[in-house]
Amino acid sequence: MFAPLITTMATPGLAIPLKAASRYVMRFLALPCLLSLLVPVSQSFAEDLPVNIAYVKQTGLTSSASLALFKTPENNGVAGALLGTDDSNTTGRFLKHRYALTVLEDANGEALTGKVQAWLKANSGPLILDVPDSTLQAILALPGADAGLMLNATNKSDSWRQNQCRAGLLHTSPSYAMLGDALGQFLMAKRWREWFLVSGSGEGDKAMAQAFERASKRFGTKITGHKTWTFDTDLRRTSQQEVPALTQGEDYDVVLVADTQNLFGFYLPYNTWLPRPVAGTHGLKAASWHRSIEQWGAIQLQNRFFEANQRPMNDDDFNAWLAVRAVAEAVTRTKSNNSATLYQYLMSDKFELAAFKGRKLTFRQWNGQLRQPIPLVQPESLVSQSPQEGFLHPVTDLDTLGYDKPEVRCSMVKE
Amino acid sequence: MKSLVLPAMMLFASPVLAGVAYVSNEKDDTLTLIDTGSLEVIETIEVGMRPRGIIFSNDYKYLYICASDSDAVQVLDVSTNRIIHNLPSGEDPEQFALHPNNHHLYIANEDDAVVTVVDTEKRDVIAQIDVGVEPEGMAASPDGKWVINTSETTNMLHWIDASNQQLVDNTLVDQRPRHVEFTKDGKTVWASSEIGGTVSIVDVDSKAITQVINFKIPGVHRDKIQPVGVKLTDNGKYAFVALGPANHVAVVDAKTYEVLDYLLVGRRVWQLAFANDQSLLFTTNGVSGDVSVIDTDKLKVIKTLKVGRYPWGVAVKP
Repeated sequence: MFAPLITTMATPGLAIPLKAASRYVMRFLALPCLLSLLVPVSQSFAEDLPVNIAYVKQTGLTSSASLALFKTPENNGVAGALLGTDDSNTTGRFLKHRYALTVLEDANGEALTGKVQAWLKANSGPLILDVPDSTLQAILALPGADAGLMLNATNKSDSWRQNQCRAGLLHTSPSYAMLGDALGQFLMAKRWREWFLVSGSGEGDKAMAQAFERASKRFGTKITGHKTWTFDTDLRRTSQQEVPALTQGEDYDVVLVADTQNLFGFYLPYNTWLPRPVAGTHGLKAASWHRSIEQWGAIQLQNRFFEANQRPMNDDDFNAWLAVRAVAEAVTRTKSNNSATLYQYLMSDKFELAAFKGRKLTFRQWNGQLRQPIPLVQPESLVSQSPQEGFLHPVTDLDTLGYDKPEVRCSMVKE
Repeated sequence: MKSLVLPAMMLFASPVLAGVAYVSNEKDDTLTLIDTGSLEVIETIEVGMRPRGIIFSNDYKYLYICASDSDAVQVLDVSTNRIIHNLPSGEDPEQFALHPNNHHLYIANEDDAVVTVVDTEKRDVIAQIDVGVEPEGMAASPDGKWVINTSETTNMLHWIDASNQQLVDNTLVDQRPRHVEFTKDGKTVWASSEIGGTVSIVDVDSKAITQVINFKIPGVHRDKIQPVGVKLTDNGKYAFVALGPANHVAVVDAKTYEVLDYLLVGRRVWQLAFANDQSLLFTTNGVSGDVSVIDTDKLKVIKTLKVGRYPWGVAVKP
């Protein structure tokens, strides 16, 4: 589905993606103008600095038990990386840097790792990873992987940030702990200190629930009950009977739901035993991006994305966009396409990235995690953004979200 | 009838120096008019959707208004305060600059990564120039040779040769450049970077950065110091820099680039304009919905005026 667009962007001799070129033709029918734009640029191509990025995507991870509403778009994440490539090529045109994105995808982790290995033999460019833990582990173990630059755009597991971090591996996606802290801070600001937890039994659900428990411990809140969702029947017609029974218990201020697969979380709002709000993976949600974010110039990014894809940008798309933009920012400032040089710049004090979140983003040098404000959204609007006022930190309040330096037990120094 | 009464009224009401400040209210689709002598709001005018950048023609006969969501630049007849026609502007015009020749308007089309050049007399698009992602700030050099556009996501100043409308050079600056201002002699450019938190001083001949100004306000996190609007006094003494959500305007020594003071204004201060022979400076404060008036001699805020929702741009007719 993306092959034609990618080919266009990677083909030497046509610097402006067709989409952009056709805009000119449509709007002003100014053919001489169009030609004058294309000619000098294509002539200069021989000397352009190529930046080849691979987007590594393990497909088919969505359960069909979910609602059609939650169906993962086929180009999930990839669409963000493509927009990032498009944006970066606009900048690259002026500096003679040419970005190309190759998508490597497979439903099978081993097969995907094989594709990555083959790509790495011919290329040395950055990898953007959209894979689960086991595949990430396998890719990191590939020969030559330790010399490369990898940006994890979708994996939220805290282990990669806490005890398995390593040089060359950066994360634009926030971790479960960051999301848990972002939501926890908001609940503290609201003085909602009694939490009732409902979690699924998937790995992601357990990790999300652990992040809520960690936040509860950090902020001194009380978890009044913790239920595991075990229904394996279709609840569409019975949720009104089943959910109240499940959420019956000691009084609570809020129900926290951990359902990373979208299998049941959506049944909870308005069906709880007590009339209380639902937050977590459903209801009020901590997410790195949402369609309702318009502040700080974000509407421009939302418009660009929608125009290209006819659907709103989601958090995976945004994190993939960020990964390409971080690479491009490093290329722009260092004028290099060498992965080691780019990594060094990304981890330095000089790196900063504007990302429509109202402040600059930087990487935590001690675990490679991108520092970022975390929006708190409900399905139709942006409710708040964490860190909340009053959560202080000696270095930056952004480090009140997720594992902080003293809690991290791994090294980002190359051995 | 209103059109006859208003200019006459202003003649009587205003001291010699006084003019009228026009403030665009982004979320009210209106302009607020302020008498710069009495410092009172005198009128509110309805205009197109989401008005942002506003500038006067060199003879102050017309006010050009970027009505971003109407995808048009509207032309207001200043003598009647009525919109007389629209100019073709390209999509989502946000900021613009008028060339000293008084008829070439350079418009940043934020959603399209182009600058559109419009002839205000023929009402024609005469060129479209491909620039970086999210073009924003615009300025023309006093000698008319250069037009500079800033692109917020590409982080560059794009130098456009005004004689042939070609982009000829680019200067990389800090994150999210928002505004550019030429010095009166045209030799230097001040460029603010909102997310970078800096103002870069750029030499026009070499197009290279010669100095970077940083800001520091006690009690305000450095990430909240986000420079946007910049204004320079003609006597070369001061530069005023609006610092966005830091809610302060920085006063900078325009010769040594030393920051002299920070003046507390309204919330999310955005754009600036001088009035009354540069003795006053007006600031638009988007979040608090007001305008602060600064005495540029005493360097004090002397008044705050309530205007419409999300005041964005400000331009003053002497």
